[in-house]
Amino acid sequence: MTFSEFLNMGGYAFYVWTSYALAGVILLANLLLPMLNARKQRRELVGKLRREGRA
Amino acid sequence: MWTFFHKLASPKYFYDISGRLLPWFGAATLLLMLAGLYQGLLVAPADYQQGESYRIMFIHVPAAWMSMFVYMVMAGAGIIGLVWKIKLADVVAASCAPLGASFTFLALVTGSLWGKPMWGAWWVWDARLTSELILLFLYLGYIALQSAIDDTRTAARASTVLALVGVVNIPIIHYSVVWWNTLHQGATVTKMGAPSIATSMLIPLLLMALAFKVYFFTVVLLRARNEVLKRESGSGWVKDVLMH
Amino acid sequence: MTPKRKQRLLFVTLIVIGIGAAVALALSAFQENLLYFYTPSQVAGGEAPKGRAFRVGGLVETGSVKRESDGLTVHFTVTDTAKSIPITYKGILPDLFREGQGIVAMGRLDANNQFVADEVLAKHDENYMPPEVGDALKKAGMDAMHIKPGQKP
Repeated sequence: MTFSEFLNMGGYAFYVWTSYALAGVILLANLLLPMLNARKQRRELVGKLRREGRA
Repeated sequence: MWTFFHKLASPKYFYDISGRLLPWFGAATLLLMLAGLYQGLLVAPADYQQGESYRIMFIHVPAAWMSMFVYMVMAGAGIIGLVWKIKLADVVAASCAPLGASFTFLALVTGSLWGKPMWGAWWVWDARLTSELILLFLYLGYIALQSAIDDTRTAARASTVLALVGVVNIPIIHYSVVWWNTLHQGATVTKMGAPSIATSMLIPLLLMALAFKVYFFTVVLLRARNEVLKRESGSGWVKDVLMH
Repeated sequence: MTPKRKQRLLFVTLIVIGIGAAVALALSAFQENLLYFYTPSQVAGGEAPKGRAFRVGGLVETGSVKRESDGLTVHFTVTDTAKSIPITYKGILPDLFREGQGIVAMGRLDANNQFVADEVLAKHDENYMPPEVGDALKKAGMDAMHIKPGQKP
């Protein structure tokens, strides 16, 4: 099997690769969003606690 | 055993142990996913009828299985939260919903992308497809209900009731291909007797299914940790965790 | 009730109505599909409605597929192994359409009682195997795999 044959997926390239790409996007987004959220939230909470500590 | 569960139900202990487990879960997801993709795209042969297009199965089927599994976890956690008043269970239930909706959406779209070349239609109002679409509505309703109510206890109670009503849809989805004359084919892996799929195709399917499952636990832990921190932001242990 | 609560209640009510409407629509579309599904025996027996669209499902009879010279119009017969009916279809057939394959055709009976399809959908089975294995099974005369368990052979 050559690489271009692999990409062609027996003529179903559009359907197969769209499926895999969509899965990749959805799974990555679901993983990255809570990770980014954790950082943001941590920063905010630490800031809040510092302010309270000073007061 | 019970003491372990009681300890786990304490937010602080959960936060500690989930933090330690996460890297392992993440690594396992990555390994399983890579192995599944390798087996599914490069090792497994083409299908005798569908040629290469059946490779959509390695995304579609795990996503569809997860769409039902996540719903059961969500409803189960909701009941535990409702009956035993364990706050952590409410957090887990709420963390499941966006993931479940994502899996359901993915199953529907990949199914459509598979149906077009094979069946000849992007969509048919068939029992399997219709009940899966209703599952998506249930998830979206659950998410909307959660976000509409500020008080976490009320939100948990209301959305758990919705989730429980929707549980009837799960056996309908599973048995739809048996009960009605559907365009969707019957079950391959869970049917009585041996699965009617070549071993070289079953391996990537199971690898991907396992990868999706471990991925789900990884992301649920991530989401639940965020939510626990938010809900417990006033308590002492959160200060301890954050300040060093 | 405070205005905020009122607003929230309205929102929740809207969600419930929204889901309810969506589910009702989906179910009615689905019900309609179930209602107008006939087997070739039923159509041959005159049970199918005249002048209204319905679905007919069965296996494409081996040796029955004939293409016209325009390359688009296809004639074939569909059977439930008891009775078979002729179908005419003009359009692109799904990749899985072949002799012996299970299909569902959507269309209506014309004046000559000939079924004219607007849409032909192919049904595939729950078996997945490499082509060599499929060929071997076919040679061994085990090509009954298109028939679902419970369905009469």
